[in-house]
Amino acid sequence: MANEWITELRVLIDDGRLLTSPADCYSYSFDGSFGSYLPEAVVQAQSTEEVSNVLKLANQRNIPVYPRGQGTSMSGGPLPVKGGIVLDVSQWNERLDIYPEDMVAVVSPGVITSDIHEKANEHELMYPPDPSSSHVSTIAGNLAENSGGPRGLKYGVTKDYVIGLEVVTPEGNIIRTGGRTIKNVTGYDLTKLIIGSEGMLGVITEATLKLIPKPASVRTLMVTFDTLVEAGGAISELLTSNIFPSKMELMDQASLQAVEQYSAAGLPTDVEALILIELDGHPLALEEEIQQTVTLCRQLGARDISVPEKPEEAKKLWEARKQVSPAIVQWKPTKVAEDITVPRSKIPDMCERLIDIRKRYQLHLVVFGHAGDGNLHPNIICDKRDHEEMQRVEQAVEEIFQSAVQLGGTLSGEHGIGTMKSPFMEMELGQTGIDMMKRIKQAWDPKDILNPGKMFPEPGQKLVLRDD
Amino acid sequence: MTDLNELQEKINYPKTFDCVQCGYCLPACPTYETMQTETHSPRGRINLVKMLGEGKIGVEDIQEPIEKCLGCRACETACPSNVEYGQILEGAKQVIEEQKKQGKVKQQVEKALFNHMFPSRKWMDAAGHLTWLYQKSGLQTLAQLTDLTKIAPLQLGTFEKVLPKAASPTERKATPSFLPAKGKRLARVGFMSGCIMDSLFHSTNQRTIELLSIAGAEVVLPKNQTCCGALHAHSGKREAARQLAQRNIQAFEEAEVDYVVNNAGGCGAMLAEYDHLFEGEPSWDARAKVFVEKSIDVSALLHQLNYLEFTREIDEVVTYQPSCHMLHVQKVLQEPVELLSKIPGLEYREMNKKDRCCGSAGIYNVVHYEDSMSILNNKMANMKQTQAAAVITTNPGCLLQMKLGIQRAGLQDKVRVVHLVDLLMEAAPQPGKTPLN
Repeated sequence: MANEWITELRVLIDDGRLLTSPADCYSYSFDGSFGSYLPEAVVQAQSTEEVSNVLKLANQRNIPVYPRGQGTSMSGGPLPVKGGIVLDVSQWNERLDIYPEDMVAVVSPGVITSDIHEKANEHELMYPPDPSSSHVSTIAGNLAENSGGPRGLKYGVTKDYVIGLEVVTPEGNIIRTGGRTIKNVTGYDLTKLIIGSEGMLGVITEATLKLIPKPASVRTLMVTFDTLVEAGGAISELLTSNIFPSKMELMDQASLQAVEQYSAAGLPTDVEALILIELDGHPLALEEEIQQTVTLCRQLGARDISVPEKPEEAKKLWEARKQVSPAIVQWKPTKVAEDITVPRSKIPDMCERLIDIRKRYQLHLVVFGHAGDGNLHPNIICDKRDHEEMQRVEQAVEEIFQSAVQLGGTLSGEHGIGTMKSPFMEMELGQTGIDMMKRIKQAWDPKDILNPGKMFPEPGQKLVLRDD
Repeated sequence: MTDLNELQEKINYPKTFDCVQCGYCLPACPTYETMQTETHSPRGRINLVKMLGEGKIGVEDIQEPIEKCLGCRACETACPSNVEYGQILEGAKQVIEEQKKQGKVKQQVEKALFNHMFPSRKWMDAAGHLTWLYQKSGLQTLAQLTDLTKIAPLQLGTFEKVLPKAASPTERKATPSFLPAKGKRLARVGFMSGCIMDSLFHSTNQRTIELLSIAGAEVVLPKNQTCCGALHAHSGKREAARQLAQRNIQAFEEAEVDYVVNNAGGCGAMLAEYDHLFEGEPSWDARAKVFVEKSIDVSALLHQLNYLEFTREIDEVVTYQPSCHMLHVQKVLQEPVELLSKIPGLEYREMNKKDRCCGSAGIYNVVHYEDSMSILNNKMANMKQTQAAAVITTNPGCLLQMKLGIQRAGLQDKVRVVHLVDLLMEAAPQPGKTPLN
């Protein structure tokens, strides 16, 4: 019997939450990125103890385990690349408690990120990280990948809002890191180590999140530019003018057209670039900042500037922004989504390089993203059935990474490395840099049970986007 | 290999590539919410169909997840990549249908009739109509009920309580085939009477015709019209649906109307997609497209004609449960609510998650009773919050399902379920003095 361990799993997990049929296994073989890998079993965990038991069994039997939220990952985080068990935590959402007096939220791993936003809002509080998929994604997935989102510009990313975790270690032991206080220097900061470790160092089973007071007022500006490079320049300028927007998002012409085709949000489609800016703070201060921003944008060559009066109008614009990523596949079915990040001053340079790469490789390259923090989303829209085109895509992706690193930036601002970017890790970190990370992994997970095949490249591994 | 190619064509395999697996459909899917696995999500089902097309899994593997799909198409509204889920679903259903064993069908129909229907007077009534339906459509509508045997004995009693009294064939025959506009003549419309609507909701049909004539429409009921074919298409009987569509297209062409009006969200959605049935048949495709252009839900047409005035106050709190197919396929969103807002005295309270399917979904509630009731329970929780005294619907299936939900919650003395048309008629509509547009 090949899978004796599945029989052993049956003892640990209720029938309805241990899935092994071909239909179920195929349904957990993919995520929002690339490729499909078949697991042998899916466990829908509902308690810390269950996770611990599964990991202990997995260690005994040498079975890989892949933690998974709602599978919206753009980097292959939850893909079961070496078979084994997908550990689905998306249905484990019993706890979402807000403690206004401590300004924290305590959440189960499967809680949907936007539910935290909503619940915090009821207490006039805010949980700032807001990835575009926040209405779908689980908090555990956000924690594992250290997700960002538009508000990263002013408020930082997921790791800046986590003060405590309950974690099941790869060997199945239960630990607590951090706590419920803002300040905590007791020992190594394991909380930060776990956040963004892509499910390779532990399974997060509960998190204590820091909340902040909700800004009194929020306003949005929409600014258009004739060229992408001009828009990039304006972003850099604006950020050094003593105004601190909460969001600053860039959309190029192709993304504008795609979104308008999906839902007529009223975005212009005849400009090369659009910047959405959000300012927040005290209403009186805001009024002045809006005026300053408008004046500055005019000086920087903006074509049109509009400031929606009604919150619903502004909301519509931001919803349109959230749709860009999935909407851009209207031309061709395959999307290779990158999220390189460069220092803010290098945004115009990066824009120029992207345009150059688009031309040289003759690809449908769309650029949008959280330009305010230098986190751009160059997306290549292609057809994975077209091998010749995919080869060009592979080369273009490599060049995009090289450009970002050369400009002092990074491979990934918020999507994570997973399977998609591991071949390029050495380019940014150097051999010793990777080696130090590997040593941490080795110490935590000696049998390489948790999420194997991610982040670290196999010897000679290259980016391959062709499946044959 | 050719087998696989043929299969790929049937299941619309190339369309599965449109899905980028972003997961934005997950929060919109009622079965993902209640069944809690990717396998029962839109993204999961699309992937399974794709895997079938690649020969990685068999038809038997996709059967359960596909059959458990409500077909509400809420995922299409949520999808930013414009995946044509409806077509992928129906392709998969066709393949499943073809693989089901033929021989047992007759036996099962008989079993359903003799063991479960005949003992019940009300079901005998209904069965009479189904026989009529069968004759009217000339096809195996009755065979849709074969699956009844799986669950029938326990649950038929439940549905019996909410079934309205059906109109007799004589009553149906008394329906006029033409009604002039009461006031100004603003349009000539053909009325699609439907099967279920025409039997179980005959009086609603009568009122629809009257309401249309008050609203400025001259109404024609083409005699040769037939069942819209929705139940056939949704259960994988594409060829049958195609033939019904041809008969309807022809019947309404001959009637020379400006609009083809229906009052059942599910039928309307089928009519709005008739062109999908004729891909690769240019002459029929063109005729179907003209038909599709003319097809419209009664609420959308009334809103467009904008000629009604309501003269009687209705002092009631109401909420609206949209038909999924009206919302997600026909994209009729605001019109019913705007019509409600014109009734003097009426207070409309929006239901939380009103866009969510009620679990009726054609014959889903009969075939997959338990799953349907889980979905209905969620719906009822939101319904109760509104404290409405009436639930307004625009589709017969939804109407019966909501009635069932209200009965299960013991609210039958407090809450009624009404078709939008019936409520509008209660408000004593009159032709307007001047049409506003």
